[in-house]
Amino acid sequence: MGTRILHMLVKEFLQLRRDRYVRIRLLVPPLVQLVMFGYAATFEVHRVQTVLLDRDASLESRELIARLAASGRFEVTAIARDEAELVRLVDRGRATLGVQIHPGFAAGLRTGRTAQAQVVLDSTNSNTALIALRYVSQIGRAFAQDYARERLARTAPARLRAVPSVVLAERPWYNPGFDSRWFFVPGVIGSLMFVLTVNLTAFAVVREREMGTLEQVMVTPIGSTEFILGKTVPSFLIGLAMAGVITLVGTLWFRVPFRGNVLVLFLGTSLFLTSTLGLGLLISTLCRTQQQAFASSFFVVTPAFILSGFTFPIASMPRPLQWLTLLDPLRYFLVVLRSTFLKGVGLDVLWPQMLAMAVIGGVLTTVSVLRFRNSLE
Amino acid sequence: MSRRRLLAIARKELIQVRRDPRSLLIALLMPVLLMGLLGYGARLDARHLPVWTFDRDGSQESQALLHRVRASPYFDLVGTVDRYDALAAAIDDNRCKLGLVLPPDFSRRLRSGEAVTVQALVDATDDNTANLAIGYAETVVDGFSADVRLDWVRRQGLPDLAAAPPLSIEARTWYNEDLDSRNFIIPGVVALAMALVGALLSSLTVAREWERGTMEQLASTPVTAPEIMLGKLLPYFLIGMADAALCIVIGVGWFQVPFRGTVGTLLVATALFLIVTLTVAFTISVAIRSQLGASQIAIIVTLLPFNMLSGFAFPIDQMPAPIRAVTYLVWGRYYLTVLKAVLLKGSALADVAAPMLAMAAYAVVVGVLATRVFRKSLD
Repeated sequence: MGTRILHMLVKEFLQLRRDRYVRIRLLVPPLVQLVMFGYAATFEVHRVQTVLLDRDASLESRELIARLAASGRFEVTAIARDEAELVRLVDRGRATLGVQIHPGFAAGLRTGRTAQAQVVLDSTNSNTALIALRYVSQIGRAFAQDYARERLARTAPARLRAVPSVVLAERPWYNPGFDSRWFFVPGVIGSLMFVLTVNLTAFAVVREREMGTLEQVMVTPIGSTEFILGKTVPSFLIGLAMAGVITLVGTLWFRVPFRGNVLVLFLGTSLFLTSTLGLGLLISTLCRTQQQAFASSFFVVTPAFILSGFTFPIASMPRPLQWLTLLDPLRYFLVVLRSTFLKGVGLDVLWPQMLAMAVIGGVLTTVSVLRFRNSLE
Repeated sequence: MSRRRLLAIARKELIQVRRDPRSLLIALLMPVLLMGLLGYGARLDARHLPVWTFDRDGSQESQALLHRVRASPYFDLVGTVDRYDALAAAIDDNRCKLGLVLPPDFSRRLRSGEAVTVQALVDATDDNTANLAIGYAETVVDGFSADVRLDWVRRQGLPDLAAAPPLSIEARTWYNEDLDSRNFIIPGVVALAMALVGALLSSLTVAREWERGTMEQLASTPVTAPEIMLGKLLPYFLIGMADAALCIVIGVGWFQVPFRGTVGTLLVATALFLIVTLTVAFTISVAIRSQLGASQIAIIVTLLPFNMLSGFAFPIDQMPAPIRAVTYLVWGRYYLTVLKAVLLKGSALADVAAPMLAMAAYAVVVGVLATRVFRKSLD
């Protein structure tokens, strides 16, 4: 039996090497995606294009503007002459943020009234707008606190020098720099493996059926178990290799920390692969042609990807969709990936995810193997 | 070019589409599926974040602050702990996104007029949600702090003005006033669905003829290469436009995304986008000659850059300069700019002239390229 499986494996790898499109599919999208997610995928806000309109032109207004510019979050790209120009620049999309300081800003500050600054944000991209807004108010708050402290020190009676206040000190754990790369690069391992291994497995079987070679293989002494193993083991190995390569590139090149245990990650990867191979096999039993297999796997993989929490947090989805995500093996694997990379936690924390993947993988594999055996008879 | 021959090819192609109901089903189901899944599932705004608290003071004041946290729609107070490591454990196993630690001298310091620091432990694994969570928490704490100050000033017998902050920033958010991520994502989904269907269908057309050996027959008739190309793409153009209409109706009618611009601008932009997508997929179909290979490569070529580099989810102006330069090659980028401007900003044609022209130029370039490649393949 051992040598027969070995022969199957050699045949499968030979076939993979011959197929040009499989090779392209195997190499190009993973590379491109890794580079993209390493460099392009960021929700963090660093250079908000800002237009300024300082109608007060005082020491104080300049101080506020200097603080905005010095924060590194805003890039002043234009100085407006009047409000109409500011509005036009934001309308045209030339600036995302408009800051307007009205006349009387400094006078208000000096006389102890509340000075007003106005901020206009293009919130077409709600996420960028929200984060930019947070930085603006942070800078405004710091400005106000410093000014108040100074003013109190100068003018107020002694009993007023102390005014209570509550401030929040943020302690971001596991990703102190809010680096989106740390979030996405481990996730890419899961999403790429998912697409790749489901497709590879489904195609490997359907190709034989389409070409009529399935019958030929079946009249040889190879049993159905050996056949299934021969079809799935290559995908398994390729999936593992891919996880290894991305982990290396992610940690060495993109400097994403790996704080957990490699063995925990290996266990998670193996369990996840059981689910994806089972899914691929299941698709292969439902399709007669490669074209159908391609379409079916697309219809399965796309929703699974969207619902996995890869980009969009599951907690923000409506309840029914959240329940649906429980069936998604990628959902659990992403938790395992991100937790082993960034949090460095072990099986004591991740056992529910492992268990869920084992159950999903077990069910999918059992169903698909049974179906496959039936389809052969 | 003869109109009669062109229409004859288009009619032939349409019959072929009708005979392949599976592809047609994909053309109709895919947009609905994507709109449904992404419309509901793709939300970036954080709501109901699980918050745990460690109130080391346990006073009336500290509870008043926690009460405000509880009242915020962004937070769900799900647990309280009495040990620091219990809080850390809750963050470790994802039960807690934000942990608030109130110091033991919280009320004492406030009563004596000092500043108090509340620690916000955030699970920043998901950096975006963490960023939003801190922003919301700051807003809650700021509000509480302002009230504490006012209360203090009044008790000291001073006018309310003494508690007024020196600076207030009035923020106005334009075009997407409620900062709803749905309004930001849905236009992208419309484009995504169109690109997907267009690329899939049109990548099959020529490859199918090659596979069945009918291309030689077609080439031996008097039809010219441009006639075949246009005739073949026309039905898919119509299907794509129908898909676009379907998606926009779902987006505006069901998901309540505003529609502030004019239908005309939208129509022109959609047509241009579709022409580029179809032509690119057509070229791939010509070059690859197998339906399976062509459809796979067409999907990778259209979808991958669109997802990452069009501004669909990730803002282009935050990308590093070399990648920003690459985004100019992604035609979806221009369409998304126009689509968002028309839907959310209500921009007129003049406001979006630049991306429109870019798409038109793109269409001309890929059109010429496709005709060349196609003609060459027929010889």
